[in-house]
Amino acid sequence: MTWPAIRTILDGAVVTAALAAVSILLSLPLGLLIALLRWRRVPVVAGLLATVVSVVRATPFVTLVLFVYFILPSAGLELDPVPAAILALTLNTAAFSSEIWRSALQSFPRDQREAALAFGLSEAGTFTRIVFPQIWRANLGPLVSEVTILLKCTPAVAVIGVVEITRAASRVGAETYEPLPPFLVATLIYTALIAAIVRGQRVLERRIARRFGAVSP
Amino acid sequence: MNGFQVVWENRDVFLWGAGNTVSLVLGCLLLSLPLGVLAAVVLTEAAAPLRRLLAELVDLLRCVPFLLLAYVVYYGLPELGLRLDSWWAGLVSLTVYTTAYLAEIFRSAFRAVAKDNIEAAQAFGLSRSLLYRRIILPQVAITAAPMIGNQIITTIRDSALLMIITVQELTFAANFVSANHFTPFAPFAAAVGLYLLLSFLVEAGVRRMERVRMVRYG
Repeated sequence: MTWPAIRTILDGAVVTAALAAVSILLSLPLGLLIALLRWRRVPVVAGLLATVVSVVRATPFVTLVLFVYFILPSAGLELDPVPAAILALTLNTAAFSSEIWRSALQSFPRDQREAALAFGLSEAGTFTRIVFPQIWRANLGPLVSEVTILLKCTPAVAVIGVVEITRAASRVGAETYEPLPPFLVATLIYTALIAAIVRGQRVLERRIARRFGAVSP
Repeated sequence: MNGFQVVWENRDVFLWGAGNTVSLVLGCLLLSLPLGVLAAVVLTEAAAPLRRLLAELVDLLRCVPFLLLAYVVYYGLPELGLRLDSWWAGLVSLTVYTTAYLAEIFRSAFRAVAKDNIEAAQAFGLSRSLLYRRIILPQVAITAAPMIGNQIITTIRDSALLMIITVQELTFAANFVSANHFTPFAPFAAAVGLYLLLSFLVEAGVRRMERVRMVRYG
């Protein structure tokens, strides 16, 4: 492979990394918000969110991307390919991560919340000071798993014309009539990106264990 | 002419595909749920070298794109003298991959079990295996249900990728019908409908576990 070909794929890698970063930053808090609204059983909203989460999780990701890009404009929301890709990725990961947050909230020890309220902490204070610091640490693994799945979903946004790693690689393959080398490079880049995130999880876990003691049974 | 009529005429193809998808996912769960629990127990209990080795393996599997894993199992293993037909290759790759994710889920769910429960069990002299069987796993089954449901739905979605290694599952069936009858939309819409149905079944299971939780813990 020539240097310009590798440059093309690396440019795609920058797009993939940026798409993933923005979607992670949007979707994890959104997932938490969905989980909180469902956990508190806010009337109407909770039921509506449960339906949205069901449908988004059940839809294959490519279908979701096509839906956001081609069907939403007829409902008055016209998006360029990149924002559409971010919206689809965010919806998908928010739906899946909301279930992780929800199971964390459900298994949170009740006595701690009651103790905090008894000490006069507000509901919001209890959440930000007591609940949240513990649940994100306890569920780091599944949340990072979800992020790895998000990165593995990104090739699907190529269908609406976003030039990310996979599309760049197939372009290079189409120009050189040798599809294998660019796809191998693409696979290497994906694995490296995900490996960096998974490594980060392990480092963070070790820090948490050092600071708060090992939290194993 | 009418796409959905074509789907109806080819319903046996769809049923065959859906049957393969269901059998793959069920087979995968039957294997990967116990394996995932076992891996999570090793990850929390075992001595450092074994634990670190398994953690590396879980990380590696989480890093690899699923399609690549399926390729390696289906086209790579025969070079080592192990030839699997496509359904079995699909089952093996799906199981290995799902086990890694489940292990991570179970590990974090183990840690969410309240410490006093574990200490009380130890004070009563419960052995390690009884502690897991009677105290930890029943709670984990309830509290981790939404996450396990997540993973099952992800597995259902991933099984669609197995059409690339010629497993005749639901997406393969939809593709087959649409290619043979030149109707692109309806077969895929039907496939999506069937996938939706499968996910709703999983969600009904998760909701049932939630009801158990509410009855027990309020």
